[in-house]
Amino acid sequence: MRHLSTAFALLVFAAGAGCASAGARTTNAAAPAQATATQDAGIGPQYPSTYQRHPNPPVLIRNATIMTAAGQEIQGGSILFRDGRIVAVGANVTAPTDATIVDGTGKWVTPGVIDTHSHIGVYAAPGTFGESDGNEATSPVTAEVWAEHSFWPQDPQIPLAIAGGVTTIQALPGSANLIGGRSAVLKLVPARSVQEMKFPGAHYGLKMACGENPKRVYGNRGGPSTRMGNMAGYRAAFIAAQGYRQKWDKWNKDHQGDPPERNLRNESLAEVLRGNIYVQNHCYRADEMMQMLDLAHEFGFKIRSFHHAVEAYKIADVLAREGTAVSIWSDWWGFKEEAMDGIYENAALVQQAGGRVVIHSDDASGIQRLNQEAAKAMYHGRRAGIPITRDQAVRWFTANPAWVLGLDSLVGTLEPGKMADVVLWSADPLSVYARALQVYNDGWLVYDRNDPAHQPKTDFSLGQP
Amino acid sequence: MIAFLLAQTIAITGGTVYPVSGPKIENATVLIRDGRIAAVGANVAVPAGATRIDASGKWVTPGLIDGAGQMGLREIGAVQNTNEATLRGNEVAASFNVLEGINPASTLIAVNRMEGITTTLAVPNGSLIWGQAVLIDLDGATIEAMRVKSPAAMVADLSEAAKDAGGGSRAGVAQRLRRVLNDAREYATRRADYRRRQIQDLSASAADLEALQPVLRGELPLLVVANRRSDIETALRIAQEYKLRLILAGAAEGWMIPDEIAVAGVPVLVEPMDNIPSFDALGIRYENAPLLAKGGVKVALMETTTENTRDLRQQAGNAVASGMTWDQALRAVTLTPAEILGVADRYGSLEAGKVANVVVWTGDPFDFSTGIEHVYIRGREIPLRSRQTELLERYKTLPPKY
Repeated sequence: MRHLSTAFALLVFAAGAGCASAGARTTNAAAPAQATATQDAGIGPQYPSTYQRHPNPPVLIRNATIMTAAGQEIQGGSILFRDGRIVAVGANVTAPTDATIVDGTGKWVTPGVIDTHSHIGVYAAPGTFGESDGNEATSPVTAEVWAEHSFWPQDPQIPLAIAGGVTTIQALPGSANLIGGRSAVLKLVPARSVQEMKFPGAHYGLKMACGENPKRVYGNRGGPSTRMGNMAGYRAAFIAAQGYRQKWDKWNKDHQGDPPERNLRNESLAEVLRGNIYVQNHCYRADEMMQMLDLAHEFGFKIRSFHHAVEAYKIADVLAREGTAVSIWSDWWGFKEEAMDGIYENAALVQQAGGRVVIHSDDASGIQRLNQEAAKAMYHGRRAGIPITRDQAVRWFTANPAWVLGLDSLVGTLEPGKMADVVLWSADPLSVYARALQVYNDGWLVYDRNDPAHQPKTDFSLGQP
Repeated sequence: MIAFLLAQTIAITGGTVYPVSGPKIENATVLIRDGRIAAVGANVAVPAGATRIDASGKWVTPGLIDGAGQMGLREIGAVQNTNEATLRGNEVAASFNVLEGINPASTLIAVNRMEGITTTLAVPNGSLIWGQAVLIDLDGATIEAMRVKSPAAMVADLSEAAKDAGGGSRAGVAQRLRRVLNDAREYATRRADYRRRQIQDLSASAADLEALQPVLRGELPLLVVANRRSDIETALRIAQEYKLRLILAGAAEGWMIPDEIAVAGVPVLVEPMDNIPSFDALGIRYENAPLLAKGGVKVALMETTTENTRDLRQQAGNAVASGMTWDQALRAVTLTPAEILGVADRYGSLEAGKVANVVVWTGDPFDFSTGIEHVYIRGREIPLRSRQTELLERYKTLPPKY
């Protein structure tokens, strides 16, 4: 989370594989694979998703330029989706008689945009104390809190993000804490409750934070006050979780005696150790990312993605080797000391080294233009002589974030069998002039730039100017 | 050295030139001599000995001007020791001129000018009256060398953020501003009484009341931050009462009342990508800049994130995507801010006699596919290097070259 320091202090305060095969695995599956169930070992289902697909007629978008994020850019292409699934993508697709036909002439189609790092809903607009629910800044380790319990589905920032083509987000706790809590992986659709938005089968993320923020917040409140204190804090937490996991794993196996006492903090961390919850680690500096990789090795877990990672390019080789993605901005830098070394070519250099790049927002404004940020990073990379393809740049905000959330078998590309999360753009989405014209989430037309009937407003915005 | 640079003559030839003051000219030449533009046109003779820059297939525009930010006043946002923009402890800081706080060696300058931003407004920050903003070119070893105009505007705040200075009420803010302006008027007619202490207490120091005189005379614009429609209307009302030269900054709900703003002849500085609602501006929206422009308001665009002032290009592109014409947007980042800040006689367009702030682009300055070929500030070719390009060179191949 970052305060946008502005010249006029007038504006927003926002909180805060390289391998070609990355992304889709199935190309012709009739139904997508199931992701791992949201169920903690030994505990059973908790706070289940009540998401339901909105019934819709089949849709055929034809004669558009289709960027599949799976290696193809099809000129004059068509895409057909029905019952929330992509049925066909290609040059010649026949429309069923009941299909809604959308003329895509002169327009572009991409998968729905996915943001691995959002605070909308937990730092909702209008941004007063009343909506400030993103940092449980009462203890440096709060693995027990879940972002979904803060998430406000009436945040007026949600429709703005939808209008930017976003179909899936990871809403994260803030970065005040060493371990900030569980993320919420959500379908970005109008809903009365967060349960109705929870992506069925998604892996929870665990927000962790390096560097300046925890030591600033806790430096005068019992610590940590240093980076070495930060490290000691993570280690102590995971040591406790190791013992907790052993007790539960043993009981789950032999069921002897009473079950161990539940501890929500350790429950989340034990799930990390089991590989069921993905670590999403706010970390700017290269040297600190190396420390965090050592921490992960010590306790035998994987860091799914570093977030912000403005210095990822300094260790791009290591990140590729470790299989840890980076969720980064195209050009943010300099607003704090650990962000001093941000460069435009960060994304391109990580891509070139074989790493997995995600363009993320961490910002209610930036989430509306992730396509633009990817374009900026692609073109700057190219100007530095790094040959980034358009398909790779589109993956940065579609297929690759899907992988970071463990959803790459379900969303992130335009391939038959994938969920029908589809954006129709007015122009090349890698141009500054493109706007999302239509956004389909699981086949549901959740936004139409030219039809007020498909421009959802949250309750908050009703009756407002 | 300086004499040598000033004597240089540069001819940028063959490009598509966007003078902004007139229609684009294909296959044209921009001739720069002694830091000024000597000629612009399709039939300009290139003097012998001139440095020729082939701009065939390129676009040539004036350097971009951002009427916002704190360039040179703030190195790292989160590090207070590097922040010179705020005069603490004075809610009416009219005499606070930021010029001597500017650091010509700031690393932000090189990062941003190599993306085509050549001139920025260094804006103070504060409470009710923030102080005097200064217009600078992003080149020069000293503040004297960088200075374009000081002061360029007096800055005041009528937004939600200023409420503490008004006792917690917008009405209190407006009334306090009027008291200060009234006292400044009285001070001007009774300086001798003031020195003899034969006057009731005034609401600001003599230095601050003195600094407001050019504002009251209509010589120095009062740049007012206001976003809510009612705050914009308060600013218009006060400007009319005191016959001030008003500039509105932010103006998030300005789109609701373009006619009122246009009739008052008040220009606005707008940030086009800003659309997150707050209680200061629940009606904020992407279409603000285009709707204001359509309504006849003089609109300049701004990027307020100082370290990424370079994103002014993206702001302009998004203004076009939201409905501004491309020509309006180019003007809104060149000639219009120059006019608003009172330097259009020297800045903002490619015309003979103007300061040679010129950018050669590979294409449309607003789109991401476009790169920068050359940047000139006062006729000096700016090296396309920064701390960031040095980091790139160091880490382009791993392991790095230490």
